[in-house]
Amino acid sequence: MASAPTSKYNSHSLENESIKRGTFFILIDKEVIYICPFNGPIKGRVYITNYRLYLRSLETDSALILDVPLGVISRIEKMGGATSRGENSYGLDITCKVRDSVLSYEGHSRRDMFEILTRYAFPLAHSLPIFAFLNEEKFNVDGWMVYNPVEEYRRQGLPNHHWRITFINKCYELCDTYPALLVVPYRASDDDLRRVATFRSRNRIPVLSWIHPENKTVIVRCSQPLVGMSGKRNKDDEKYLDVIRETNRQISKLTIYDARPNVNAVANKATGGGYESDDAYHNAELFFLDIHNIHVMRESLKKVKDIVYPNVEESHWLSSLESTHWLEHIKLVLTGAIQVADKVSSGKSSVLVHCSDGWDRTAQLTSLAMLMLDSYYRSIEGFEILVQKEWISFGHKFASFPTAFEFNERFLITILDHLYSCRFGTFLYNCESVREKQKVTERTVSLWSLINSNKDKFKNPFYTKEINRVLYPVASMRHLELWVNYYIRWNPRIKQQQPNPVEQRYVELLALRDEYIQRLEELQLASSAKLSDPSPSPSSPSQMMPHVHTHF
Amino acid sequence: MLGKGVVGGGGGTKAPKPSFVSYVRPEEIHTNEKEVTEKEVTLHLLPGEQLLCEASTVLKYVQEDSCQRGIYGKLVCTDFKIAFLGDDESALDNDETQFKNKVIGENDITLHCVDQIYGVFDEKKKPLFGQLKKYPEKLIIHCKDLRVFHFGLRYTKEEEVKRIVSGIIHHTQAPKLLKRLFLFSYATAAQNNTATDPKNHTVMFDTLKDWCWELERTKGNVKYKAVSVNEGYKVSDRLPAYFVVPTPLPEEDVRCFQGRGIPIWCWSCHNGCALLKMSALPKEQDDGLLQIQKSFLDGIYKTVHRPPYEIVKTEDLSSNFLSLQDIQTAYSKFKQLFLIDNSTEFWDTDIKWFSLLESSSWLDIIRRCLKKAIEITECLEAQNMNVLLLEENASDLCCLLSSLVQVMMDPHCRTRVGFQSLVQKEWIMGGHCFLDRCNHLRQSDKEEHQRQLSLPLTQSKSSPKRGFFREETDHLIKNLLGKRISKLINSSDELQDNFREFYESWHSKPTDYHGLLLPHIEGPEIKVWAQRYLRWIPEAQILGGGRVATMSKLLEMMEEVEHLQEKIDERHHSQGALPAEAPSLLRSSARLSSLFPFALLQRHSSKPVLPTSGWKALGDEEDLAKREDEFVDLGDV
Repeated sequence: MASAPTSKYNSHSLENESIKRGTFFILIDKEVIYICPFNGPIKGRVYITNYRLYLRSLETDSALILDVPLGVISRIEKMGGATSRGENSYGLDITCKVRDSVLSYEGHSRRDMFEILTRYAFPLAHSLPIFAFLNEEKFNVDGWMVYNPVEEYRRQGLPNHHWRITFINKCYELCDTYPALLVVPYRASDDDLRRVATFRSRNRIPVLSWIHPENKTVIVRCSQPLVGMSGKRNKDDEKYLDVIRETNRQISKLTIYDARPNVNAVANKATGGGYESDDAYHNAELFFLDIHNIHVMRESLKKVKDIVYPNVEESHWLSSLESTHWLEHIKLVLTGAIQVADKVSSGKSSVLVHCSDGWDRTAQLTSLAMLMLDSYYRSIEGFEILVQKEWISFGHKFASFPTAFEFNERFLITILDHLYSCRFGTFLYNCESVREKQKVTERTVSLWSLINSNKDKFKNPFYTKEINRVLYPVASMRHLELWVNYYIRWNPRIKQQQPNPVEQRYVELLALRDEYIQRLEELQLASSAKLSDPSPSPSSPSQMMPHVHTHF
Repeated sequence: MLGKGVVGGGGGTKAPKPSFVSYVRPEEIHTNEKEVTEKEVTLHLLPGEQLLCEASTVLKYVQEDSCQRGIYGKLVCTDFKIAFLGDDESALDNDETQFKNKVIGENDITLHCVDQIYGVFDEKKKPLFGQLKKYPEKLIIHCKDLRVFHFGLRYTKEEEVKRIVSGIIHHTQAPKLLKRLFLFSYATAAQNNTATDPKNHTVMFDTLKDWCWELERTKGNVKYKAVSVNEGYKVSDRLPAYFVVPTPLPEEDVRCFQGRGIPIWCWSCHNGCALLKMSALPKEQDDGLLQIQKSFLDGIYKTVHRPPYEIVKTEDLSSNFLSLQDIQTAYSKFKQLFLIDNSTEFWDTDIKWFSLLESSSWLDIIRRCLKKAIEITECLEAQNMNVLLLEENASDLCCLLSSLVQVMMDPHCRTRVGFQSLVQKEWIMGGHCFLDRCNHLRQSDKEEHQRQLSLPLTQSKSSPKRGFFREETDHLIKNLLGKRISKLINSSDELQDNFREFYESWHSKPTDYHGLLLPHIEGPEIKVWAQRYLRWIPEAQILGGGRVATMSKLLEMMEEVEHLQEKIDERHHSQGALPAEAPSLLRSSARLSSLFPFALLQRHSSKPVLPTSGWKALGDEEDLAKREDEFVDLGDV
């Protein structure tokens, strides 16, 4: 994972942060030879702090070659022995998550470097705290305040006549992987919920994610029902789904989207799971969305890595890309989300989404659908709330709507980078109950603190706020592209897109407009002052504004 | 919905297959028919245009939300176009305001735009040629601009079907005499109003003065001169009357081989290096004649190659680059991907879209053209070499590459007037055989090849790199120019390194949009020009999205700023209080389609389009698909 020195996403410059905060301290400072996967061996100086590894070239203008938070390291191996022959055959092989692997060679002893790296890259295995708990960075904004579930539900107009907020999971005793606060049908009592929980995998009962402000249809998420081979039924679950259906007073059926491919849903019966059958749920209609599980997705992503690292496949780029199936997966997720959004937006029926356990595919579908339906989630804070609330794996799926989002590409990449960096507590642990136990909000800094203190850096100048506009991307391969600026950004051959000329021009025009408006106001003030004071003041030609150059 | 296809019912007509279903109920036809008679749509004829034949009660099918709807109207054929006159809602007047530059109507197909005509007989689609024994129930017209029209003839009188179908086939397929081309009758009838601003007009390059002006503009007049030796086409009818050659070249030399073997100037770089082109000498068997050719070329060569002051690099496009046949084959495959008959076909091809695209090789051809143009640019700009393009007639790939190089290197060629002048200089005066390449006279099928040559030029605004450089063993040059000259051709490795360094160093610096521009040529950077190729496909339109969304925001902002500027100026002049008025914003970016301004808003509803076909077989990932979900750390990937 060689970061190109020119990368515009090297947001954290070492000089500013590394030493001055008491928590970053240098552990190693040595000369090594770095085997760059793109440019071959480079002599450099490596520094390892308790947060990151970085490397400066000793050859070209001491350029920064590597800057890797230790949290992204997934494997460290020794290569060769002290007696190994051949150039650069003795050293360390460091593999990083998601991105590329790093080969780093050392001229002499590597033992201390290996030990220190291993300790700090995998702190939990060495009874050390994760770096996020040591980080003492201070920001103007406290990102932990961004998401307040009660406020977010209030924004959606909840609770109302049909939906209530329940504290049944306050101590995570109903479902340990659910948040403390849940929105459920008004007509379902807490006892009902407990009985429904017995019939849903990991007790993940259907709860509200989003409600349409006008037609009051809802998106509800949950895990699969525990039908099993014998085709078990649960009256409480059946009744509960019917109660959900009735909340928007539509006569139509409740639509259930099972994210899985049909065959997998059937196969899940063998392990006690399954899906809602027609016989048991008369008032529901079930559709399978054919989205594959995380294992298939991971395999596909691995193939993407193979075609872009270290060299970008060129002569057969398109067929190689096709063979990874990655964009096909994206297309299916997108198609599923469009269906969810369309169902709710047309007011035809409420929607229940689940897969097996209801965290990967379900969260993807509900959050994408909400992004399409609710323009609030397309603002910086709204998106942060969505991430905090629903968890999201975000591709480049909405690039086709360049004016609909308040944030830019850098915002998304920053979020993805800190998914693994361990600098912030935002993505630590798997569920709210553990986060609370570990006092994450008290002991760590939120990623949103970093972003919200520098909002301008993450803003899209073209953003046009449009309330209640539903966005429907076109889920066709003709429009899907690999997110080059994320997946291939470390390759110096694929140059970072230079600042988009259209965007540059637009920002210039925005500044000019503000200047003119101010100028006009001043003139207005001056002329109203003049009206009261009739003495003539000739306007000098030098006051004229320069004309806009429309050479663009 | 299938049943609705059975319209009329009588006469033994069978219910059509789903792919050609008309979703029109009988009652709809009646109301529609009434409307047609009420709202008679008039045919707009250009001056000199004549109506040849017509048929009424023709159904035009419109794709909408993955089903088809029909509109009744009249189908006519003139000596210029095929036109459908119907009460089509999609051609609403308020849309027209967005298309001030529209020349041909949405339902007009000029005769020369017709690519292929198909008839549907008993639900089977067959290409139509010549005399027909049987007339189709449906006419499908594929256009060269990639539009696809479906006209149902089931309710049209038999006589009219015969007349219109054979009329259309005849006027789009039969060989034509040059003098019968519509443009001549149009020119005779139309008022000639070519009032142009002399300061701001396209340079036609049909006078000595135009060439002198271009030489002066590029400071090429130090080493090159405009000649009038071909005035009246005395030397060659292939060459323009006036052109530019190296100053030391004697004019008699031009006459020796009818202008062949002469380095003809295209453009001069700021450092004085020039881009030149040369057509090949006739192939001779006789040793004596070959010897004469050789010594002639040796002499010619000295005018552009005088080391150490001036060095020339030769690029033989006939033997070391794409063949015209390659280009033609690739384009025919490529365009087929966009001529889509219905929604089912769109989604069926969507799953294997990338491999279909790749197997056409079209994007690869674009990449190779761009790469060659960058190599030439590198020689001119970085190596201070003249570049001489060699080609059989110097009128196909020469036109393409010299235009590409100039667009990259000369900002003037990126202005509207500059680009038009470039086309005039390199393609029109450059002697590109439009009549043959476009087969305007429809002489025979073999002439059709090599047609699409100008397309890589227009597509090259996108960006590509590496791997396609062929071995530079130049037989033609060796034979023609002798061993001494072939030494000048660099080895391919050296070239590759120079190219890489030049390309990478340019891309690592900030761009000056008014200077040299190099396109990206990496695999992921070469993309389909969606606005051109997908423009007629309703499924591919993104409502309120695409690049047009940012462009229209920019235009709105520009209008607003200009408006504010005017107000400030007025204040300075009048000093009085002006009524505050809101800037007039004509555009509403949210409602525009991603394909604006190339296509009308064809989708009326805001319903999303959904793929109708699903997933390909997974193959080796099948066992993974069966595994249980678990909470996994994506970072293990």
